[in-house]
Amino acid sequence: MAKIVFEEVTKTFPTKDRKNRRNKEEFTALDGIDLEIGAGEFVVVVGPSGCGKSTLLDLLGGLTRPTSGRILLDGKPITGPGLDRGIVFQQYALLPWRTALGNVEFGLEATGVPRRERKDRAREFLDLVGLTGFEDRHPHELSGGMRQRVAIARSLAYDPDVLLMDEPFAALDAQTRESLQDELRRIWQRTGKTVVFITHGIEEAVYLGQKVAVMTSRPGRVKEIVPVSFGARGAGLQGEDLRSSPEFARYRHEIWTLLHGEVARAQQLEKEEATV
Amino acid sequence: MTTNVTTPATDAPAGQETARADSAPAAPTAPASALAEAPATGTGAAPASRAASPGAGRSTGRTGRAPSAVRQAARALGRWLRAAAVRSAALVALLALWETAPRLGLVDATFLPPVSEVATAWWELLGNGQLGQHTRASLARSFGGFGIAVAVAVPLGLLIGWYRPVAALLGPLLEVFRNTAALALLPVFVLLLGIGETSKVSIVVYACVWPVLLNTISAVGNADPTLVRLARSMDLSTPRLFQKVILPSSVPAIFTGIRLAGAVSILVLVAAEMIGAKAGLGYLINASQYNFAIPQMYAGIITISAVGVAFNQLLVTIERRLSTWRVPA
Repeated sequence: MAKIVFEEVTKTFPTKDRKNRRNKEEFTALDGIDLEIGAGEFVVVVGPSGCGKSTLLDLLGGLTRPTSGRILLDGKPITGPGLDRGIVFQQYALLPWRTALGNVEFGLEATGVPRRERKDRAREFLDLVGLTGFEDRHPHELSGGMRQRVAIARSLAYDPDVLLMDEPFAALDAQTRESLQDELRRIWQRTGKTVVFITHGIEEAVYLGQKVAVMTSRPGRVKEIVPVSFGARGAGLQGEDLRSSPEFARYRHEIWTLLHGEVARAQQLEKEEATV
Repeated sequence: MTTNVTTPATDAPAGQETARADSAPAAPTAPASALAEAPATGTGAAPASRAASPGAGRSTGRTGRAPSAVRQAARALGRWLRAAAVRSAALVALLALWETAPRLGLVDATFLPPVSEVATAWWELLGNGQLGQHTRASLARSFGGFGIAVAVAVPLGLLIGWYRPVAALLGPLLEVFRNTAALALLPVFVLLLGIGETSKVSIVVYACVWPVLLNTISAVGNADPTLVRLARSMDLSTPRLFQKVILPSSVPAIFTGIRLAGAVSILVLVAAEMIGAKAGLGYLINASQYNFAIPQMYAGIITISAVGVAFNQLLVTIERRLSTWRVPA
C-alpha cells in the first residue's frame, strides 16, 4: 500500500500586482500533481528553480493546504502539521541558544518523552549521525555539515514515519555533501523511513533516489518518474565508484534530458518576469 | 558620567562668596594623593595575587614544568596589570585634575572643591546615615519603577510583536511616545498624581517602558522565520512556540532595551527628585546646592554615578550570562 498519495493536487497563490491592484492574478505553483510514494521508499523530487518543489514539501508537512485535490498519508488526508513527519530544512533551523544535544531534545520535548529518557535518546541519535563528542557544542561552534547532521538527528529522534528533506545539502561544499549523502543512505537503510528528498542536483537525485520524480517548470507538474536501480550498488559500489559507473551516467543523462528543456523554459520565465 | 561631575559647577550661583569659609577648610594634601592612587593600587594588587596563586599551585604540583608555569603566571600578571592601568588611567587623570585644578586656582574652589574635600564630605554623609537614607529612597523608586516597567513591557511587547497588524497600527504612536522626553511630561504627572511617591515612580515607569517595549516588539518581529516554520511543522502550540522559540531568541534584544531602561530609570528619577521630594539623591544634590554645601552636593553626584555604573554593570553581567550562545561578532 502506498504511504503517501497525491491526488490531482493544485496549489495557487494570490499575487499582488504592483502596478494595478485591481488586477488580481493567481500564481499557480503546482498544477495537478499525481504521485504515489510507497512505505519505506526513498523518492527524490528534482526540478528547475521556482517549479514549486518547496511548495510540495510544505503541503506534505501540513504547513499549507492544497487549493484543490488532496494528499493522503496512510490513506487519511493531511490536515495539518504532525510529528509523523519530520522536516529537514536547507538552513538547518537549529536553535542557536541550545547545544547539539539540546537541539535534538527539542524534537523529543514535543512528543512528551520523559525528561530522563530524552537525554539518552538524543545521545543515541547524535551517535547515529556520527556526532558523538559534540553534544555540548552550540551551533555556531559546528561546521555546516555538522549542523545539518544535528538537524537530521533531531528529525529522526522523535521517530516520524516520513522524513521530508528540503534541499538539505545545498548549502554544503561538495566533499561534505557527498559524505552526508552516503550517511543518509546508510541511515535510511537502517531505519526504514520513507524519505521525500527535494533537490535541484541531478547527480544527487540519481545517487540517492530509488525513484526520481522530474518536475516541469512553472506551473509545476510531475513530468516523469524515473525508477533508479543499480546492479552496481548491489555489488557494494559506493561513492565515486558508483558515480563513475556507466549505469550512473545513463541515468544522469536521462534525467538531464528530461530537465534540460524545463530549465531553459524556467529561465525564460524568470527573464520575462524581471522585465515586466 | 564625567559630564555630570563637571556641569553643576557652571550652574552654581555666582557671586555668593560669603559662604566660602565653611565650605573650603584647608585640607591636608596627603589624603588627596592617597585617594587618587587608591584605585590603581587597589585593583592592581588584588587580582595580582589571584593570578599568581594558581600558577604557584601548578608549579608545586608538576615540578618538571615549574619554571614555565611561573613564567606564564608572571606574564599573565603583567598583561593584567597593563590592562588595569589602561582601564583606570583616564579615571585617575580626571581625579588628579579635579584635585589639582582648584588647588592651583585654575577654577574657583568654592564651586569646584578638590576631590579630597568631596570625599571627606561623602564620608561624613555616610557616617551620619544621610547618604544611606537618600540612596535607599532613590533606589526604591528607581528599581520599583524599573521593575514595574519591565514586568509590563516585556509581555506586552511579545504580544504586540506577534500580531503584526497590531504592531503596524501602534508603531507610529509608540514612536511618538518614546520620543516625547519623559521629563517634559513631569508637570503633567505632578498635576495628575500629585507630588508624592506615585508621580515619581510613575514617571520612572513611563520612561523605562518605551525602550523595553520597542526592543521587545522588534525582537519578536526579527525572530528567525525558519525556526518558526520548524516549530510549526512540529505542531507546537502558540504558547509553546513562545516559550521555546520566540522568547529565547528575543532575549539579547530585549536585554539591550532593559539596559537602556536601567540607565534611564536613574536619570529620570534624579531629575524628578530635584523638582519635588523630601528624600532621595536628587533631593540631596538640590538641597545641598541651596544650602551652599557644595562638597555635599558633589558627594551626591558621585553617589549617583556609582549607582548608575554599578546597575549597568549588573545588567551587563546578567546579559552576558543569558546570551553566551550568541555568535561572537
